[in-house]
Parts: sequence; C-alpha cells; structure tokens
Amino acid sequence: MKFLAALLAGLLLGAASFGAVLLYNPLTSDRGLSPLSVSDAELITLNFSAVPSESIVYTNDGESLHEPTPGKVLQLWEAPIRQTSAMVTVMRDGRNRVAGLGVKLSSKSESTHLLHGEAIVDSVWYLYLPEHGSLFLQQSENYWRFIRDVAFPAWRSSANSWRGNWLGDLTAGPGALGTAAVSGGSGRVAGLEMAGVESLLVRAFSADTGLVSADGRLIIEFPEYEDVAATAQP
Amino acid sequence: MLKTFFFGILLGALAAAGALYALPAVDQAREASIVSVAPNGGNVEVFRINVPMDRVMIGTRDAARPLPPGLEWPAADVLASMHTEVFKIRNARDTVVGVGVRNAARGAGQAAVVDWVLHLPARGSLFANMEDAAGDGGRRSGTIRSGSREFAPLSGFLTERWVENASDDEGAPAGHIELVAAYVGRLEAPDGPDEATE
Repeated sequence: MKFLAALLAGLLLGAASFGAVLLYNPLTSDRGLSPLSVSDAELITLNFSAVPSESIVYTNDGESLHEPTPGKVLQLWEAPIRQTSAMVTVMRDGRNRVAGLGVKLSSKSESTHLLHGEAIVDSVWYLYLPEHGSLFLQQSENYWRFIRDVAFPAWRSSANSWRGNWLGDLTAGPGALGTAAVSGGSGRVAGLEMAGVESLLVRAFSADTGLVSADGRLIIEFPEYEDVAATAQP
Repeated sequence: MLKTFFFGILLGALAAAGALYALPAVDQAREASIVSVAPNGGNVEVFRINVPMDRVMIGTRDAARPLPPGLEWPAADVLASMHTEVFKIRNARDTVVGVGVRNAARGAGQAAVVDWVLHLPARGSLFANMEDAAGDGGRRSGTIRSGSREFAPLSGFLTERWVENASDDEGAPAGHIELVAAYVGRLEAPDGPDEATE
C-alpha cells in the first residue's frame, strides 16, 4: 500500500513537473521582431477592439469563454462549426478614423501541438476598406505565448484575472517569415498578393469572461513597386 | 519506497508527454465533401443557405429590423454603402458545414463590389469576387481569388442564385441561396527559363 501511494504521488508530481517545464520552456519564447517592422514597403495599419463585447457582432457556440454579442445572435452550435467564432468589427486607421469593416472567422486548428508550444487557430479576415478595396487575409495564429503569459496567470490568480501590458504577434504563417497571406479582391488592391501580421495588445483578462481590455492590429504590406508592375501586366 | 516514488515521477512525466503527443488537442467534426466532376473539367461543389434560418447577421445602415436584434450598425460615412451578411453554410445534404460572409458595397463613383468568403473549419476557406450584375436566371458569377489550406492550390469560379421555396410545408424556408463552386487547379509555370519560353 505504501508503495502504491508513493507511485501515485510520483506520477502526479511527474505529470505536474512536465506541465511546468512545457509551460515555461524557454525554447518556445517570443520570436522577437515582427517581420514587417523592418519593411520599406507601403503599409496599411488597421486597429480594432479585440474585446468581443465591443464588436458589432460576435458569435460562437455559446458555451465558450466569450459570450456572443448582441445576446440574441444566432449561435454556431452545429458540430462542424462548434469550434468556430465569427466577429464583425470596425477597422480604424493609424489616425483612429474609421477605415472600413472587418469580419474575422476563426477555428481551432488540428495542427495544434501543445508539446511544441503551438496552440494554433486557423483564421481568415475579410476586410472592406472603401479607400483601398476588399482584401482577404488567411493565417495560422499561435496563441501559446498568450496562454502562457496571460491566460494561465489569470487562471492561477485568486481573483481569476490578469492586468498588465502584453503585446505579441499572433500570426505564425503560412508565410515563410511567419506572415499571413493577403489577397486583394477589388479596388486599388485588386489582384495584388500581399503579406500581413496580426498582433494583440492585452491590458486586462479575466479567466471567467475572457478579454476585458485589448486592442488588435493588422499590418498589411503592399508589394514593392516592381512586384506591383509585374502583377499588373497582362 | 523512494525508488518507487522516483519511478512514479519518471512515469508521470512520460505519460503526460505521451498523452500530449498521441491525443489530438483539437478534433474538428467532418462532413464528407460532395464534389462532382464537371463535364468540361474541374470539380463542382454545391452549397446552400436557407433563408432566414441560416442568417446570422444583416449589417446595413437602413435595416428596418436589424439582425440580430439589438445590432447597432456604425454611423460612419465610409460604411454607409455597405450591406454585409453572415450566414451558416450547408452542403448539398442540407448539413451545416461552415460559415460564410457576403458583402456588397458601392462607393461614390465606383463600381459595385460583391464578395463572398466561405469558411469550412475542417477544410479551409475561399474568397470570391463576384461580377456586379447578375446574369441569366438571376445567377451572378464570380472568380475565386484566393483560398487557404485545401483550397489554396485551387482557382475557379463561384456562382450565386436565389431560389424561392416552392413547398407549402410549415417551417420551410422562404428560399435558399445556392452557391456553386467550380474548382480547377492553378496553372503552374513550367520549370526553368528555357522551358518557359519554348
């Protein structure tokens, strides 16, 4: 009996130790500088509120951390879309003027590998910016750093909340430099293939209700002039 | 006993690692794709949206009855010409398989823009840019501009059509939007400059 108790205690301690090593593994730390922060190309910067209750419409399966808004919105409860959320929000430019509308559709990804520090969400943005046209952005986002630095400390805190300043790039692909793929559909950007990065600034997070104060940012890089000219040729 | 305890630690760590490696953290529910081969090449897939039950949102400044109730469309002038809708998407067996966005807009002095984004969580997403005017039979055609994952290597066409409901069944939809996607592989340039010029 004593041996069984020792084995069980060892098993629990071993699993917990593995969890701690996984969570604080320095090899899965931030990759640092955003690939677009050193670009000379023309950039579109779009800011939006990342708090679902501040969006025009936000919906999910109705049982996830964030509550759908407005309250009577149709929920995505069917099995194939149960792990998907949809958010419609106002996009603002660098001067905080309304630049257009953004719709984000996100689904938990089967390429998630917690062992590798990858909590992946496959997401797409549809953006309509009257000044530029319509854009489609597709990306894989990695939320591992956010979970480690914000969500887990909030869950562990006695108040079930976290406050501070956390800034990180969420985009992890499909581009080779960890950028999103952006395609222009109409207007000035019609036919252009671009790169983009989504980042998140969190100031307050609750383990019970999710993001309390947070801003998102999309940076889209126009191709260099030579690339545009080549694309525009028939 | 100490040896047993240390053995337990090792076993616990290995079991946790093994479980994380072997068990999928995310498992998306899948519906089998219903794709047919088109007579002139390519593959065809049909989606439908039952109206009004699959409509999640109608976003426009002039909506008499906003959907969802309580929706407050922004008053900004740049969004005035927009008509944005979010739907659930069904496959040909009438099973919900994804979420779609349709946006129609017309800026001052600009051609109308009609775009579709179809997001199928287990497969990927596609983006289509439609013609501004509908053709014969109310069918509007468009070009698939981009896609992710399963749809990334594909191009092709998307058509939309409103089909009114003919049945008198109680609870039947008023009609449905039929979306027909025709996929073809992208043309790849031959390898090497010599082959490309020949």
